Amino acid sequence: MHRRSFLKALPTAALAAPLAAPGIRKAAAQAAPTRNETLLLVQEYGPNSLDMQGIGSSQPVNGVALNCYDRLVRFKRVKLDDVTTSFDINALEPELAESWQEASDGTSVTFKIRADARFHGGRSVTARDVKWSLDRAVSIGGFATTQMNAGSLEKPEQFVAVDDRTFRVDFARRDKLTMPNLAVTIPFVFDSELAIRNGGGDPWAKEYLKNNVAGGGAFKVEAWRPGTETIYTRNDDWKNGDLPKLRRVIARDIPSPSTRRALIERGDADISYGLPPKDFKDLADAGRIKVAAVPVPNAIWYVALNSALPPFNNLKLRQAVAWALPYEKIMQASLFGRGVPMWGGPATPAALKWPVPFPYSANIERAKALMAESGVAPFSTTLLFDAGSGTIAEPMAVLVKEALAPLGITVELNKIPGANFRGELNKKTAPMVINRFGGWLDWPDYFFFWNYHGNNSIFNIPSYQNPAMDRLIDGARFAPDAASYAQNVRGFLELGMQEVPFIAIAQPFHDVAMQRTIGGYQFWPCREPDFRFLTKG
Amino acid sequence: MSAAALRHARHVVSENPVTGFALGLFVLFVLAALLGPSLAPHDPLASNTMLALQPPSAQHWFGTDQIGRDIFSRVLVATRLDLGIAAASVALVFAAGGFAGLAAGFFGGWVDQIVGRTADTIMAFPLFVLAMAIVAALGNTVPNIVLATAIINFPLYVRVARAETTQRREAGFVDAARIAGHRDMGVLLLQVAPNILPIMVVQMSLTMGYAILNAAGLSFIGLGVRAPTPEWGIMVAEGASFIVSGEWWVALFPGATLMVAVFCFNLLGDGVRDIVDPRRRT
Amino acid sequence: MRGVLWRLAGSLPALAAVVVVTFILTRVLPGDTATYFAGPTASAESIAQIRTALGLDRPLPEQFWSYVVALFHGDLGMSLTTGQPVLVDILARLPASAELTLCGLVLAMAVAIPLGIIAAVRQGSLADHACRVIVTAGVSLPVFFTGLLLVYVFYFLLGWSPAPLGRLDAFASAPPTVTGFYLIDAALIGDWETWRSAFAQLVLPAVTLGLFALAPIARITRASMLAVLGAEFIRTARAAGLASRTIILTYALRNALLPVVTTLGMVFSFLLGANVLVEKVFAWPGIGSYAVEALIASDGAPVQGFVLTMAILYVALNLTIDLINRALDPRARQA
Repeated sequence: MHRRSFLKALPTAALAAPLAAPGIRKAAAQAAPTRNETLLLVQEYGPNSLDMQGIGSSQPVNGVALNCYDRLVRFKRVKLDDVTTSFDINALEPELAESWQEASDGTSVTFKIRADARFHGGRSVTARDVKWSLDRAVSIGGFATTQMNAGSLEKPEQFVAVDDRTFRVDFARRDKLTMPNLAVTIPFVFDSELAIRNGGGDPWAKEYLKNNVAGGGAFKVEAWRPGTETIYTRNDDWKNGDLPKLRRVIARDIPSPSTRRALIERGDADISYGLPPKDFKDLADAGRIKVAAVPVPNAIWYVALNSALPPFNNLKLRQAVAWALPYEKIMQASLFGRGVPMWGGPATPAALKWPVPFPYSANIERAKALMAESGVAPFSTTLLFDAGSGTIAEPMAVLVKEALAPLGITVELNKIPGANFRGELNKKTAPMVINRFGGWLDWPDYFFFWNYHGNNSIFNIPSYQNPAMDRLIDGARFAPDAASYAQNVRGFLELGMQEVPFIAIAQPFHDVAMQRTIGGYQFWPCREPDFRFLTKG
Repeated sequence: MSAAALRHARHVVSENPVTGFALGLFVLFVLAALLGPSLAPHDPLASNTMLALQPPSAQHWFGTDQIGRDIFSRVLVATRLDLGIAAASVALVFAAGGFAGLAAGFFGGWVDQIVGRTADTIMAFPLFVLAMAIVAALGNTVPNIVLATAIINFPLYVRVARAETTQRREAGFVDAARIAGHRDMGVLLLQVAPNILPIMVVQMSLTMGYAILNAAGLSFIGLGVRAPTPEWGIMVAEGASFIVSGEWWVALFPGATLMVAVFCFNLLGDGVRDIVDPRRRT
Repeated sequence: MRGVLWRLAGSLPALAAVVVVTFILTRVLPGDTATYFAGPTASAESIAQIRTALGLDRPLPEQFWSYVVALFHGDLGMSLTTGQPVLVDILARLPASAELTLCGLVLAMAVAIPLGIIAAVRQGSLADHACRVIVTAGVSLPVFFTGLLLVYVFYFLLGWSPAPLGRLDAFASAPPTVTGFYLIDAALIGDWETWRSAFAQLVLPAVTLGLFALAPIARITRASMLAVLGAEFIRTARAAGLASRTIILTYALRNALLPVVTTLGMVFSFLLGANVLVEKVFAWPGIGSYAVEALIASDGAPVQGFVLTMAILYVALNLTIDLINRALDPRARQA
């Protein structure tokens, strides 16, 4: 009875899966991708959508945006070490655009789109497609729109299709983040005709694009079984870069980290994404497996103390806690050395960058003295952390609990399931939180804007409010020159260290384990794997 | 316990070495639960990151965990909590399920209907997921784990109590009590309840093992007892990621202890049934 | 026939109660769907907008009503974690769970029924005690622990078992869907390579699950055999001088199997619900792991869908067992 409506509800990708199987077998007769051209990647969980601009998309959807769609530009690739290529956030390379020119008055930038750029269906990419895609990103709401706004990309009027191959972005204001923000995973380009045709009346074709790729990127989605696997095949006609060496990529969702480790150690998987730091340490030490280790730009693990509510609205108490945390122990037993220490720095910031070591270290005498000065009587409190990052956060929390006991602070640990965590943070009442944060756009003022600013975004977990801090952050964001930028950055770094609403612990590593035969690992701000540069054998 | 019953018990134990063995284990577990904290050689909560992930040694019999806590002490201290949760939940469902079943069997009619429907509804749930949902919804605290474990055992107790009561409702002694002028509730509690007690005790010992497994399973999923409290299920979950990397002792000892405890209670449950109700031996 | 309909009607209140209870439970779950949907950088207004769009700001009875209306249209809602309609997810994953559970059950039967027979025939002997210890040990194993141990020993150390990657080796592709059971679908098109791959993946999780099912099956077999062995006609057969083997295997077993079959149905439904942890450990793409992940993420719709599916299966299974009983045993028809 409801069969028909049910069938309509089926995503095309899921339908395509069983139908595609005979096709694959037929293709096998011609020239199937050999095992050397097929990559098996294992990860904790896969995409919950194929549309990174859509609302509620999970982290792995960035990978779909990266591999199946193109952007106008990408960050310049820079070799980091023998294993990893990273990027320079201050320099851009062509992707869909073959060239671009900023207007001499600094109010706009004009892109020239490659003549040979084609969508998967064969149609030429036009400036209208780019405009539709960027219009969509600033209008659709949710994360995509927020991310666009972060680079002063705010209104559809800013995007102009001059002619088929010429596209212009009018700047809303002078913002150093505007150009880099065009290279992150959000402003990718859809085949707008295909999307609108299948959109069923929805101007942004949300439902269709969630379940179908309508792009022109280096890979197509051959099959998508949410919660099980995603299979990508190469788009052999891709012209916006060197043709990828891999012809097929199978990304399997394996929730158990120890199974993922076993798979990579026994050679059954080519790449393992997201292992506990202990496993990466072992693999790196053993040396049989290649481990890519990138200190995640802009990111720290921290303990946040609610500065708006008692008892942690007491500055001396916050400083006492900062002097009491067992930094070394945490680095050793929770992060297994897979991070850059962010404690024990000089009293003033060693460099004008983020993250930078805080001046605190484990010194229980100083902590006790400050505790006495604070005049706070012994109390009980709660420490929240996300269950999803439990392998790191839980031992960290246990060590924090133990270390605060001598100060008369009794800590109860509260592990919050992933989806509730954000809800809990939004209440702004959590006294202590262990979390990690890093912005895609690696500037100190970007981190401080999200975390310390008085507009009290969800990431301002301590609900820290200080007009002086806001002035410094805004001053840096729209600084007219380098000197005033440096002055403001120094100002907010010093204030942040002094007031410690966030106690920095360490800058985490982004670790990826891969077989020795795998090469060309590329790290991007979104941290998802880029199949276009990977090689095997 | 009368002398005859004691003789019967001794006979069953001697006849059945397995029950004797289980009884021995049971005594050990009860001792560990009672004396655990004072017997533990180390503080079960004290970390020592210099000695993290050490294999079993004379100093640390079961080795140390990720932040250098002594696993033997943690396993030992956890006994009280794990057995406590199971015992509390079994006691709770014994009282609630036993009474509901008793009333349903004794009064029949709408009481029977309501109790029966409730039990049917619970049975229609996938039980472990129901327990998970209850704990997730009410919050993961020990009382809620006890409650969830009791709820999923409820239908079992209701059925046994109801069946036993129905059999005895028309028995002579009940009629006699009625004629003697006792009120219904009085007859129910004073005359019928003591008669079904032995069967219910068997039921308790049989479900004890299941209750331990259930509570540990909840903790394993992350919906049980909170860290850093020592508890077998959490300890297995914490150790799970270390098995492949070769630190097998972190998960093995709590897992094996859990296994032995459940095994012991299940064997003992069988043994108790043999003593109380030899007909039902299966 | 009227009896069947009556039974079916009788199970409706339980189903309705299941729907109500799951609805309430998932509403009490601490997660906030709107906050989740709004993404990490949402403002308070956009969360409120989404809350209105999802109808989460309306009073509970109203929400319940629209949930029930949607239910009657076959709409179980959307999963946040997979981004798909729950019904699609469940239909795609149910065969995986059913195949695993059936294999576990068959395995358990293959071991437990002979064990039960031996225990009954040699009642009180060492074999009887051994049988009891073995099946009790099986039901005492925490599956989350034994699963891990089996993977470690048979995959990581010995390498006998294939990588625990789910239902198939990564490089094999799924056979065209007919039943959704890979073993059957692969056999239908004669793709024995895929069949072997699917079989190899099934062994460890099926063993883990099967161990758990040993006890109820062995015990009921033993009890039922004991009852039959004590019956008049067996004594007659013995007196007639028939070989003990013939008596046990032909006469006694055939008569003892009825309660075993009844128990099997119950065990199957119990296993289908109990294998959530096994699926989690073995990355098995079934409905159990689906429900666990959803519950951990406070994703209500999949949990509701899973519970409802299980409840319907439970009722259907009970009904089937009832019908089989009626067909096999005339006495049950009067009852």
